[in-house]
This record gives sequence, structure tokens and C-alpha cells, in this order.
Amino acid sequence: MGEFLINAGGPIPMIGFQIVSLIMFFAGIYGFFTRRNLIMILISVELILNAVDINFAVFNRYLYPDQMEGLFFALFGIAIAACETAVAIAIIINVYRNFGNADVDNIKHLKG
Amino acid sequence: MTEQIIFYILAIVIAVFSILAVTSKQVVRSATYLLFVLLGTAGIYMLLNYYFLFAVQVSVYAGGIMVLFIMAIFLTHKPGIDVNPQDSWKVKSSAVLSLAGLVLCGYIILNNVTRVYRFVKGDELQMQDIGTAMMGTDKYQYLLPFEVISVLLLACIVGAILIARKDNGNDENINKLD
Repeated sequence: MGEFLINAGGPIPMIGFQIVSLIMFFAGIYGFFTRRNLIMILISVELILNAVDINFAVFNRYLYPDQMEGLFFALFGIAIAACETAVAIAIIINVYRNFGNADVDNIKHLKG
Repeated sequence: MTEQIIFYILAIVIAVFSILAVTSKQVVRSATYLLFVLLGTAGIYMLLNYYFLFAVQVSVYAGGIMVLFIMAIFLTHKPGIDVNPQDSWKVKSSAVLSLAGLVLCGYIILNNVTRVYRFVKGDELQMQDIGTAMMGTDKYQYLLPFEVISVLLLACIVGAILIARKDNGNDENINKLD
């Protein structure tokens, strides 16, 4: 942490980005455990995915600036997150239609 | 110096709004805080000179996914009503759990990550390079994942429509729709 402050005024150290993404990741984990509403759980999942994407881009830029693997992982991660959100929201709307609200506690009985 | 000021502003915005997004009582507010977090992330990509990733983040995440979220919230919630709170022991235990994880990972990062302070300021990443890497079949080129992603998107669209469609219970209507 000391080096982090001494270095103020220069370029941004890689560790700064990692701390930001760390905070975002664990905020997502906290929300995933504490929320009862399905949409809020989905919002927490988005936070987690976003933190991971930041890490991919930062590691690529700082450690391997000539290559583009991290960039493409982040790109494909964003695309897969979009797919996942679309399907999850369809499921949530269906749950709301069947149970009257979108809480996880309702979904105890399956059809099978 | 300017870069660092911008980075600190973005870092504070992301940290504060991501914590607010998971603690807020109303769903619409939570989604709005998520939007700020996503835009802050887009700013970080721009700080790293990844302009293409910035554009994708703004258009797909902050544009597309947020519209989906807002639509879903309007379809499933009455405005102005708080969500049901979770049991207090669950909130406490998961707060302890995530704080412990935060401290552990923070300790590991602070002590073990190589100290890298600057990235090589090369030329701006050309759009042509990204295009050839995405459309090529050589080593370190990504045509196959690109095509697989397109199939996945198609499957998601069909699946989402199939799941969210109103089920009328008789097959005649389905045949009419076709």
C-alpha cells in the first residue's frame, strides 16, 4: 500500500485496477448471497462477470501488451453475459407469471 | 497526473456504486447503480487504451443489458415497493463471508502480484488487427469462437422467446404462429 501512495503522480499501477475489481467482485458475492429477489441476484451476477472482464483486460495490457488474448476473452465474456441475461430474464418473467412475484423462496415445487 | 485523477474518480465511483447496488432496497435503484458501475468500467477500458472494448461495453452492457433489466423490472414489480429483506442471520453471515474473502484476496494481491506500474504505450490498437484476429483461422485468431458465439446468441434468442411466451396449452395456436 505504501508503494501505491508513494507512486502518486506517476502512471497507474496494475494493483489499483485489481483492487477495484476485487471490491466489485465481492460486492457481487455479497449480493448473490443476501438477495431474495431474482432480478437482484442477476444484478449481482453481472457485477461478478464485469469484475472478471476488467481483470482480463488489465492483465493483457500490463503483462502481454503485444497480444490480444485478454481482450478477446473480455469480448466473448461480454457476449456470453448478454446471452445469459436474456435467458435468465425470460425465466424470471415466467416465474412471475406462475407465482405472482419474483422471489426465490417461491420456487420450491417443480412439475416432475 | 491527469490519468491518475481520472482513475481515482472511476475507482471511487465503481466501488461506491457496486456496494450500493447490492444493498439498495428498491430494484430500480439497484439497476441504476449497476448502470453507473458498468459505465465506470467502460471508462477503465478507455484508460487502458482499449477503445473497441469501451465501445462494446457501452453498447452491449450499458445499452442492451440495462434495457433488458429495466423492462424486466417494469414487468415484474410494482413501483415504489421495497423488496423482501433476507433473514438477518443470513445477511450477517454472508457479510462476514464476503469480507473474509475480500481480505484474503486483497492480502494475496498486495503481497504476491508483480509490481507493474506502467504499460507499454504503443500505438493505438488498430481496428484492422482486431478484425483479422477475429476473422482468421491461424494461431491466436478467433474465427471458431466467433461463430460459436453467433450460434449461442441464436439459441438464446429462440430459447428466451420459447420460455417467456404465453403457453396456451393447445397446439393449434402454435401452428398458426408458424
